[in-house]
Amino acid sequence: MELQGIGIGQGVVVGRVVRMPDPIPDPVAAPSALTPVEEGDRVAEALGAVAADLLARAERAGGVAGEVLEAQSMMAQDPSLVDDVTLRLAAGATAERAVFEAFAAFRDMLTELGGYMAERAGDLDDVSQRVIARLGGVSAPGVPDRGHPFILVARDLAPADTATLDLSQVLGLITLDGGPTSHTAILAREKSIVAIVRAVGAAGLTDGDEVILDAANNLVITSPSAEQLSQAHARVAARAARTLAPVSPGRLADGTPIPLLSNLGSADGAAAAVALGAEGVGLFRTEFLFLDAVTAPTVAEQRSEYERMLRAFPGKKVVVRALDAGADKPLAFLNDAREENPALGLRGLRALRASEQILRDQLEALAQADAATDADLWVMAPMVATVEETRYFVALARELGLKTAGVMVEIPAAALLADRILRHADFASIGTNDLTQYTLAADRLLGSVAAFQDPWNPAVLRLVAEVGAAGAALGKPVGVCGEAAADPLLAVVLVGLGATSLSMSASALADVRATLADFTSEQARLLADLALEAEDAASAREVVTTQAATFLASSSHLNPPVQHTLERY
Amino acid sequence: MLERTVLIGSTHGLHARPAKLFSQAAAAAGIPVTLTKTGGKTVNAASILGIISLGIGHGDEVTLAADGDTAETVLDELAGLLLVDHDA
Repeated sequence: MELQGIGIGQGVVVGRVVRMPDPIPDPVAAPSALTPVEEGDRVAEALGAVAADLLARAERAGGVAGEVLEAQSMMAQDPSLVDDVTLRLAAGATAERAVFEAFAAFRDMLTELGGYMAERAGDLDDVSQRVIARLGGVSAPGVPDRGHPFILVARDLAPADTATLDLSQVLGLITLDGGPTSHTAILAREKSIVAIVRAVGAAGLTDGDEVILDAANNLVITSPSAEQLSQAHARVAARAARTLAPVSPGRLADGTPIPLLSNLGSADGAAAAVALGAEGVGLFRTEFLFLDAVTAPTVAEQRSEYERMLRAFPGKKVVVRALDAGADKPLAFLNDAREENPALGLRGLRALRASEQILRDQLEALAQADAATDADLWVMAPMVATVEETRYFVALARELGLKTAGVMVEIPAAALLADRILRHADFASIGTNDLTQYTLAADRLLGSVAAFQDPWNPAVLRLVAEVGAAGAALGKPVGVCGEAAADPLLAVVLVGLGATSLSMSASALADVRATLADFTSEQARLLADLALEAEDAASAREVVTTQAATFLASSSHLNPPVQHTLERY
Repeated sequence: MLERTVLIGSTHGLHARPAKLFSQAAAAAGIPVTLTKTGGKTVNAASILGIISLGIGHGDEVTLAADGDTAETVLDELAGLLLVDHDA
C-alpha cells in the first residue's frame, strides 16, 4: 500500500517503524481502591525507576543536556514532592492522580515566577509524564530508545524532541502533521534525514512494520514486495555513489556564477558543508547559542563559537543572522509576554530592539571573531518590516565595526519597499519560508493549512522579483536562503527573478548545482516569467517543468546528454 | 539551632544549575537543613523543587538553619556554595 505525504529532499530509505508514544492523558480524580500505603509503594517504585533512568540518560548525554536531565532526575526524588504526594495519597487519591497534582502544583509555582524559572516548568511536566507512564506500565513520552536504527513515526516533533534526537538511531522520519517548512522538515534537510511530513495515512502504522520511505516521490510504501525492496536498495546505493562526484562552484550553462552557499545551525556542520561544495554560508542561524541558555551567552562565549565557524570558511562569505527569537522559537529572557499571535508579535529584530544589549553583545562578538579570522563576514537582521528598522540595524552594525550589514526579506512590506530598503542595506537575503507564510497568511507549522505553504505561489515569486529588480538597479546582492532554494527547478526560477546567490541545506547542493548548469541566464529569466504569469503554485510548477524539459531537449544536440537531469523531472 | 545568613552570588539566582548543585550538597550533608528566603517561605534545602519555587534572585538574602554536631561545618559549606557565582 502507498501512503501520500510531502517528501523532504530526494532520498529513499528502507527500515522498520517505531512510533512516538502519544502524550499521556491526565489521570482522573477518582478515589483509590488501594490503601495509601499500597499506593505509596507504587509511587516510590515509579519515582525511583524514573530517577534512575533519567540519571543514566544524563550520563550518556553529557554537557548542557546532561545537566538538565540530572536536575530532572533530582526532581523525581525531591523530598518536598514526596511529602506533597504522601499528603494527597492520605486523602484517598490514586498514585497517578497524586503524582499528577503534586507536579502540577510545583509547575504552577514556577510558571508564576516567570523568566528563568518558568523555563523549567516543561522539565517538570516531562518528569510527571514519565512517572505516570511508569505507574500505568506504558511507554514514556519522548523519542524512544530501541538500541537499533529505526524509522520514527510521530504526530509531529517538538523542538525539544528534535534537539535530543539521536541521529545515529534515526533512519528516517514520518510525521502525520507539519508542512514542508515545519521544524521537523528543516531538521531533516539540515541533517540529511530522509523524511515525509503530513503523511496522514501513517496513523495506521504500527511498531515493527517494514516500510520504504521514498521522499523523492512523496510516498511511504507499506508491506513492500521483494522487487520494491531491491529497487529501493539499488536507489539508496546509487544516491550514495552520486554524493561522491566531484564538486564545483555553482554556475549557469552560460558561465554566470551563482554562488551556492549552505544554511547552518551551528559550527558543527561546517566541515560537512565544505565537503559537499558549499562556497560559504548564506544563513548561519545563531539561535542554538541561546535556546538552551537561561540567559544570553556572554560576548566571549559567542565569540569562540563564531570563530570556530568562520575558520571553516577562510576567504569565503559567511552571512550570520542576528538572533531570531519569538514566534515558534521563544526565549524567556527576550519574550516573556504571552502573545495571541506570536508570528505577528515581538519577534526577530523587534525583540532584539526591545533588549538592545543582547543585540549589541552579539554584534560585538561577531566583530571580534571577524577580526580574528579570514572569512568574509556579513551580518543581517531577521524580520525587518520597514526602512527605519533597516537604518537602525545597519547603523548599529557599523557602530560596532561590522563592514557588511543587510536585512532578511521575510515580510511582504520589506519586499514591496526593497528599492528603498536596499538604499540603506548592503544586501538582502530572502527567507522564503516566512515570506510564504506571511504572504499567504498560513501558519507554516500548521498541517491543516500546509497546502498554502508553497513558495511556487506566483504571489511569493512576484515579491521575490521586486527584491531582485531592486538589487539589480542598485547593484546590491540578493540572496535566497529559504528552503525554496533547495528545490532544483525553483532555484533556476529564483535566479531568473534576480537572486545572485542561493543558500540551502548542504544535502541539497548537489542537485541544485547540477540543475543550474543546465540553463542559461536567458532561459532562467524565461522560466521565471512563465512562473510569474501562472494562476497558482501548481500551474507555475507545471508550466516551468514542461518548458525546462523543452529547453533541455533542444540543447541536447549541442551538448552531451544530461541523463541525470531528465531523470529528476 | 545554628543559622547563617548570606546574599546569593549567582548572577541569575538559584535557577536550575546552581539550585541543583546546592540541593545535592544539602542532601549529602546527612542532617536536615532548611533555607528561608528573607520575607518568604522556609523550604527543605535538599529539595530542588523547594529551592527553585522560592524564585531566589541574585543578591537576595537567605538564611540557612540546621541542628546537630556537624551543623557548623555543614552550614559553612552550604553558605559558601550560595556565595559563589555559578553562572560566571
